[in-house]
Amino acid sequence: MSAQDIDAGAALPKTPRDYLPLLLPVALALAALPFIPSSSTWVTLTIAGLAMGMMIFVMASGLTLIFGLMDVLNFGHGAFIAIGAYMATLVLIPLAGWMQADSVWLNLAAIVPAALFAIVVTGALGLAFERIVIMPVYGQHLKQILITMGGMIVAEQILYAFFGPQQIPLPLPTSLRGSFQFGEAAVEKYRVVAVLVGLAVFLAMLLILNRTKIGLLIRAGVENTEMVEALGYRITRLFVGVFMAGSALAGLGGVMWGLYREQVNAAMGAELMVLVFIVVIIGGLGSVTGCFIGALLVALATNYAGFLMPKAALITDILLMVVILLWRPRGLYPVTSR
Amino acid sequence: MTLPMMPLSGDPPRSRFLGAALILIVLALALAPFLFPGAKPLNVAAKICIFIALAASYDLLLGYTGVVSFAHTMFYGIGSYGIAIALYSLGARWDAIGLGLLVALPLAALLALVIGLFSLRVQTIFFAMITLAVASAFAVLASQLSWLTGGEDGRSFRVPELLRPGTSFGNLFGIEVTGRTLTYYIVFVCCVLLLLLLLRIVNSPFGRVLQAIRENPFRAEALGYRTVFHRTYANVIAAAVAAAVGALNALWLRYTGPDTSLSFNIMLDILLIVVIGGMGTMYGAIVGGTLYVLAQNYLQALMGTVSAAAGDAGIPILPQLFHPDRWLLWLGVLFILSVYFFPTGVVGKLRGGPS
Repeated sequence: MSAQDIDAGAALPKTPRDYLPLLLPVALALAALPFIPSSSTWVTLTIAGLAMGMMIFVMASGLTLIFGLMDVLNFGHGAFIAIGAYMATLVLIPLAGWMQADSVWLNLAAIVPAALFAIVVTGALGLAFERIVIMPVYGQHLKQILITMGGMIVAEQILYAFFGPQQIPLPLPTSLRGSFQFGEAAVEKYRVVAVLVGLAVFLAMLLILNRTKIGLLIRAGVENTEMVEALGYRITRLFVGVFMAGSALAGLGGVMWGLYREQVNAAMGAELMVLVFIVVIIGGLGSVTGCFIGALLVALATNYAGFLMPKAALITDILLMVVILLWRPRGLYPVTSR
Repeated sequence: MTLPMMPLSGDPPRSRFLGAALILIVLALALAPFLFPGAKPLNVAAKICIFIALAASYDLLLGYTGVVSFAHTMFYGIGSYGIAIALYSLGARWDAIGLGLLVALPLAALLALVIGLFSLRVQTIFFAMITLAVASAFAVLASQLSWLTGGEDGRSFRVPELLRPGTSFGNLFGIEVTGRTLTYYIVFVCCVLLLLLLLRIVNSPFGRVLQAIRENPFRAEALGYRTVFHRTYANVIAAAVAAAVGALNALWLRYTGPDTSLSFNIMLDILLIVVIGGMGTMYGAIVGGTLYVLAQNYLQALMGTVSAAAGDAGIPILPQLFHPDRWLLWLGVLFILSVYFFPTGVVGKLRGGPS
């Protein structure tokens, strides 16, 4: 082959974009429309579904990113969710006065430090967890599952020991409470905030992954870890960073969920873990976009089913997962070949 | 194979200590109604039998096939609920027990087949996640369908006349033999038979293939063994045995509810028993199950004493950490440590070196 055969100017062959899964949440929302008696109810349900989906996405995105890069499925991810929520109560209960004040700024002055504190603590715990618990078992799936599950139990029990078995109330600040009229439909303020925060996290993740050097390295690491190392980058630092970020996202998601439910208890980690797993499986292990769509699908389906057939809502997640897997056995956007 | 080794399928304990411990455990369990009279010791003994058989069936999956399932309690629960619902709705009759088994065992096997075909094709980590999701959905379903399962309260039911505590068969060695004693022996004998069956399975050519898949799935596949088929088959067998054990549990307790059959805590108990006893040994389930149930019933009381003592001494936090409800905390720590440092468990240590 001679040199002129290679046309340097030609565009690289692009991987074809797969837009079909992106339409699924829209299709689901539209499909539910005829069954719901009034359009205002539909708007309320859809916004509730979107808010729930965004919160689940914030929790699940860390898990899927960690799996994609490190090939570690952290069964202890739920513990970070619960710890995040508890850390927020540590800040918010002393600041209860600010929370109840009728001023947006005072409310924010309480909420923002609480969320930051939760993020910092769960991020730091993520660092410790990765170094101490997970590092010795890289590449051994069986042991990873067992050990992270053990970590989950221990973390949950420690939360019980320090905070007691009772539920801790975590009331919303005054300015986020209540709802406003949107046409005919009543929309809760906090749900809109949750949607905005979730969208911000999603966009920030996409930007970091697609537009920065770190993102490039992470994507390269998902494709081929050894090659990244061979090119002279310390993959372990990347691992630690991603694990911390993933844990911090779980913590943030925990704070959001705690405020949404207006209470916190130690069992919430294990309960949400199941939902997060379903979302991650639907989205395809390792895919952030898939995880986003999966979270929206699960949350919308749960909300619609909860309204139409309350009993059936218990198993909608599983049914949804089965249907998606029958269509694409590795989830919507399978990322890794592992 | 010498004749005494026949029931063990040519897989003896291979360690003098282990052999002695096993003989001691089996003898103690076999004579439990006469050695340790009273309701509580008999309950503990029955629970040990049940947990040994349950953990052994889980070992077939975790230890021999190298697959982590979190749905084992679901199958256990199907067996329990099968008996409970049949006896509750048909009354205390023997054919109700038969009918319950006839429905529950195939149902568990079928469900295991579907889950296996669905999720074992991709990778085992997928299987772990899907079983976790399915099992939690099943637990929610069982507690919600109260017209069938009794909801959170579960179902208390009457067992056939012969098995009731009031039925007396006279005295033996100064101890009254009652229907309860008979039930205990049914549980004991069935558990022994199930354990021997599992030993037979893991030492058959099929069992060898399972171990080959555990060690190196690609190689096993390259040698012509279909990994999906073998893993799914192992899952079905384990599920059927778990359902049978669940039926025994229901028969012993005369009650089935979410806490006694489906709770995630039981799943953790099984995991701990198999890991601490020794994965991939079958005998690990016997040692682990005995240690675990004994510890659960007698060490928890000790934790309460420690907690109270620490509270009196005015040490902060310690009373909470040693509170009997925090029992799982210490088990979790023990579990993590044993996965790291004793991956072969008690049995592996006793046998010395990797088996």
